[in-house]
Amino acid sequence: MKKKASSRKKSEFIWGWLFILPTMLGLIILNIYPMIDTVRQSFYKTGDFGKGNIFVGLNNYEKVLGDAEVWQALANTVKYAIVEVPLSIVIALLLAVLLNKKLKGRDVFRTILFLPMVVAPAAIAMVWKWLYNSNFGFINNVFHIKVNWISDPKIAIFSIAVIGIWSVIGYNMVLFLAGLQEVPRDYYEAAALDGANGWQQLIHITVPLISPTMFFVLVTRVIGAMQVFDLIYMMIDLNNPAWKKTESLVFLFYKYSFEQSKKGYGATVVVVLLVVILLLTVMQLIVQKKWVHYE
Amino acid sequence: MKKTISTTLIYIVLIIVSITMLTPFVWMLLTAFKTTAETMQVDPFVIVPHVWQTQNFGNVIKAVDFVRLYINTLGMIALRIIFAIVTATLSGYAFARLEFKGKNLMFAIVLLQMMVPVQSFVIPQYVMVSKLHLTNTIMGLVFPGLVSAFGTFLMRQAFKQLPRELEEAARLDGCNIPQTFLYIMMPLTRSSMVALGIFTAVFAYKDLMWPMIVCPDNRATTLASALAKMNAQYQQKYPELMMAALISCVPMIVIYIIFQKQFIEGIATSGGKL
Repeated sequence: MKKKASSRKKSEFIWGWLFILPTMLGLIILNIYPMIDTVRQSFYKTGDFGKGNIFVGLNNYEKVLGDAEVWQALANTVKYAIVEVPLSIVIALLLAVLLNKKLKGRDVFRTILFLPMVVAPAAIAMVWKWLYNSNFGFINNVFHIKVNWISDPKIAIFSIAVIGIWSVIGYNMVLFLAGLQEVPRDYYEAAALDGANGWQQLIHITVPLISPTMFFVLVTRVIGAMQVFDLIYMMIDLNNPAWKKTESLVFLFYKYSFEQSKKGYGATVVVVLLVVILLLTVMQLIVQKKWVHYE
Repeated sequence: MKKTISTTLIYIVLIIVSITMLTPFVWMLLTAFKTTAETMQVDPFVIVPHVWQTQNFGNVIKAVDFVRLYINTLGMIALRIIFAIVTATLSGYAFARLEFKGKNLMFAIVLLQMMVPVQSFVIPQYVMVSKLHLTNTIMGLVFPGLVSAFGTFLMRQAFKQLPRELEEAARLDGCNIPQTFLYIMMPLTRSSMVALGIFTAVFAYKDLMWPMIVCPDNRATTLASALAKMNAQYQQKYPELMMAALISCVPMIVIYIIFQKQFIEGIATSGGKL
């Protein structure tokens, strides 16, 4: 019997490693090594014309921290996230509450709201650029206004955040709907008997009970929003006067690493982004104790 | 009485939101069939094209090889799905149900990959792809998706939910580990595999930066990256641009509408990072 148990143990060991081997090899070659290499490259200046890289120590970091363009890009990214994340969560939550009722056509609404999730952001950005066009665009001409949505440096990043919200509310809503299924119906019935109105029910029952889902959505949306790239890359070209006020950190990373071939500097920008995202995530993990209720 | 008023209000809100969601798509469709002159006319503003300009379709197809782009995009999606499902199902099972030394450390690597922003992998991945001479090939597009940390996590959850007794019974019947996995456990996680497949497809289809970097060639790239190029070249020719956008998203939308239940549930259960 003992012999059998140990042979079982041995076979679990062998098969366990064989089963995870492809994944682990892939992750180490495709992710772990590149991550370390990116950090390493951030200490090097990319050599010109294949002359090889030169070790520069913390030089890139000094340059990045003194680079007004990097700080502006960080500010732009944060502005985008501050608009996109809370609004997309609040709107999605309200819609999920409305759709959680027994309604005719519920699935049709759900399908429509989720639609932007299956369309490439490149196509979405092209359409919105056209909707926002200041002379011939749909929005200005239908509402008879004259706003330079994506060329006015003061508002361009917020116009882009609106597209971000529009793209992601369906996704957030579907996650909230899944969370709402877990909330027992009788809680609401009891609250209604006590005279709580819809708004009070939302604040005192729905929000606390789906706070774990809200926390998950918040963390993943912050990470996603801090990496905004596609929409900005598609909307803004070099002739756009709002260009400097819309560049995001990932946009800068792309520009430095692949358009200007300054990979060392690009790697430094990524490390900065990594640290910023890590800090934001840790902060949320600390603050969550105050508002997230796990049963 | 009160109830019907509130139901009516809910419908009004939902209809307004739905119109907001659909307007960009409708505007894309209408513009794709206009003349350039019509798109530049504001007084009166033209909503519906006077004559549906079907030749826009021909012009765009002639200028951009969409068949090629579709082959590249679908090829990338298909290979990424196969790789992700095969590797993640195997590793997900091992992480969920087998005990072996080093398991926790290896799983920590899986979690780490999920938490780190993808941009921190991109430069070295690009260097590897160019050293392997895979730039401008479908394998180059597939490269970062050869394995899936997220898929491993998802499949581990799926296997964890299955009852232990199944395995015990299989073992008593004389099944060894690979047999238990292949014949008993794996078939029961089919819905999670479908979710992972959908998730992988949507993610790959939407990605813009990677195809722009590894496949800059017009004939080797994906739909998303080709759209980005056209966007820069065509400038004010909105009917052509909207036709191109339409051509690249209609098939995905049609597939979505047919399988919308699987899509929405697949993405809701897999949650994760999109």
